Amino acid sequence: MAEDYIRLTTPLTDEGVEKLKIGDRVLLNGVIYTGRDAAHKRMVEALDKGEDLPFDIKGAVIYFVGPAPAKPGWSIGSAGPTTSYRMDPYSPRLIALGLKGMIGKGGRSQEVIDACVKYKCVYFGAIGGAGALLAKSIKKAEIIAYEDLGPEAVRQLEVEDFPVIVVNDVYGNDLEKEGRKQYEVRD
Amino acid sequence: MREVNVSEITQAVKKLCMDANYYLPEDVYSALQEALKKEKSPVGKSVLEQIIRNADIAREEKVAICQDCGLAVIFMEIGQNVKFVGGDLKEALFEGVRQGYREGYLRKSTCHPFTRANVGDNTPPVIHYDIVPGDKVRIVLAPKGGGSENMSRVMMLKPADGLEGVKDYVVQRCSESGGNPCPPVIVGVGVGGTFERSAFLAKKALLRPLGRPNPDLELAAAEQEMLERINKLGMGPMGWGGTVYALAVHFEMEPCHIASLPCAVNINCHAARHKEITI
Ligand code: SF4
Repeated sequence: MAEDYIRLTTPLTDEGVEKLKIGDRVLLNGVIYTGRDAAHKRMVEALDKGEDLPFDIKGAVIYFVGPAPAKPGWSIGSAGPTTSYRMDPYSPRLIALGLKGMIGKGGRSQEVIDACVKYKCVYFGAIGGAGALLAKSIKKAEIIAYEDLGPEAVRQLEVEDFPVIVVNDVYGNDLEKEGRKQYEVRD
Repeated sequence: MREVNVSEITQAVKKLCMDANYYLPEDVYSALQEALKKEKSPVGKSVLEQIIRNADIAREEKVAICQDCGLAVIFMEIGQNVKFVGGDLKEALFEGVRQGYREGYLRKSTCHPFTRANVGDNTPPVIHYDIVPGDKVRIVLAPKGGGSENMSRVMMLKPADGLEGVKDYVVQRCSESGGNPCPPVIVGVGVGGTFERSAFLAKKALLRPLGRPNPDLELAAAEQEMLERINKLGMGPMGWGGTVYALAVHFEMEPCHIASLPCAVNINCHAARHKEITI
């Protein structure tokens, strides 16, 4: 892999995420968890009822994805990110409990960006629509909760050099905003 | 009358579901390579390289290009001299989708709107029937992802807004969509007809091969102008900054009501999948 990548292993720490700036390319290693719309709704409902989350949220990274079924010989099917703004209503609550990283595509709300600053969490972007390529970095996948949700069930993934880019860092910066400013052409 | 057995339709649809999800159309593939040459941002370039590599992996290993294998949108042109035999045509289409998504290891994405319970077999497909002269059946299957569909809109503009109003609306829609629809995108614009007709035209515009402007010179010029304005916004691949946000703008137009100017924008992601067969 190219030199300009930063390798990180989960669970993430405050010190680990403080080093990251928008635009940094990161290769994630270790265990991450999947969760998208329906799983987030259930997780927050569980918290409301005083129940436990399906995994230890401290230092965790959640990947917003609903993978395709695995073909024989594959650990998982195509597995690229889904659009993140739909998780915006739920994310700040999980960030406050110690979530350190989220992986998705598209922009986040100001509430999420603020929570990332306050509690030190990073929002990573993965390449949307590159699900076959990204699946190659997922070595193992296992459903650990909400199996009835099908593609939306919570899975524990073991990833090796999973490629992401920092879109929102712990300093309140936003790659979508900055990138656009840099390349905008005004007549 | 020429008889067509519906079991043939099921087999055709099953294969189309799989092929459409594994093989990115050639025109989209070459447009991505062109985009790679034009893109100025290093991050944008690397995104495009990975998108191209992803399409290669999907094609070689016969796996879904994207995990969102879409809702199955089916355009069917039925020759008026065709008679379907052997069962219910609609059920045959449903069964083709069921088999294709199950046997092709494709993600099933249809769900109850409120409970969000997954239907489990990716039915129902969205079917558009058209009756045409002849005795052939043409089926186009276009899996449509949720991320880019969510960024699409229908706007009932005022007649006074005119062509300029349409252009501004389309550019603004892209500007607001940012990275959500997995850029580089293809923008389908439908103007005319009624509320739902404009949306249909925008969806149809997405099926037009890339690199083929609208034959009407004024509309072709509008397509080009919108494309340039959208790319000048600087959003780039995945919205992380760059020079290529859209690969093309396709504009379709029909007459509308004297009181209206319906304008639909249907955005498609770079995984612009469609496959067709004529029986
Ligand atoms: S918008 Fe398209 S490429 Fe992106 S996740 Fe959805 S279907 Fe895949």
